[in-house]
Amino acid sequence: MTKVRIPTPLRQYVSGNSEVEVSGGTAGAALDNLTDQHPDLRQHLYTGDGKLRSFVNVYKGDEDIRYLDGPDTEVSDGDELSIIPSIAGGSAGGRCREL
Amino acid sequence: MPLKIGAGDAGHIHDHAKEAYPEECSGVMVGMDVEEMKIVVDVWRAENTHEDERSRRFLIDPKEYIAFDKRASERDMDILGVYHSHPDHSAEPSDYDREHAWPGWSYVIASVSEDGIEDMRSWVLKDDRSGYDEEPILG
Repeated sequence: MTKVRIPTPLRQYVSGNSEVEVSGGTAGAALDNLTDQHPDLRQHLYTGDGKLRSFVNVYKGDEDIRYLDGPDTEVSDGDELSIIPSIAGGSAGGRCREL
Repeated sequence: MPLKIGAGDAGHIHDHAKEAYPEECSGVMVGMDVEEMKIVVDVWRAENTHEDERSRRFLIDPKEYIAFDKRASERDMDILGVYHSHPDHSAEPSDYDREHAWPGWSYVIASVSEDGIEDMRSWVLKDDRSGYDEEPILG
């Protein structure tokens, strides 16, 4: 089993837990199992076409899986995955009213 | 759920927005949920690491988030949300804000112009990500 650390804004979808244990031999499989167990998480982690949202980072230990093997990054018992938010925003490109 | 921000912390956000103008500033608000109210105990400045267009975009590095989360946990507090400024724009969230928002967090937006702070409002993403609900800011 792999431990997945859940950031505070997403804990409401996993019964308030800060960590969830899931099975899966890769980071992608572990996340799939996580969202199968907690379906309300999916829309906040993935876009409509099933890609991980750009501001959702998944770390294995201290390393971003984008710099490892992405979703194919192998995980084994005792490994820890963390979902880490990139926090972004701004006034551009929307309905925001200019002063 | 109302967001309670004391005058001191609101002042820190205003100062940050004015200092960063015409670029956007951002930071996190930490504190606790108590009886249907979120109480901000402290606000911590973040570095705007967006590579360009910082007058209308901000980005907090994931590693800085990790440090904030650890610092909050050590003080038995949670990150309650994020503040940022909209230089020369209203304190309403943009579509870009919505695309990048996290559920449950308070998003405080300070509208700032060269004359100073124009407005400050707080927003929470709807569960289906379709928009925001405004939440009252209590002093």
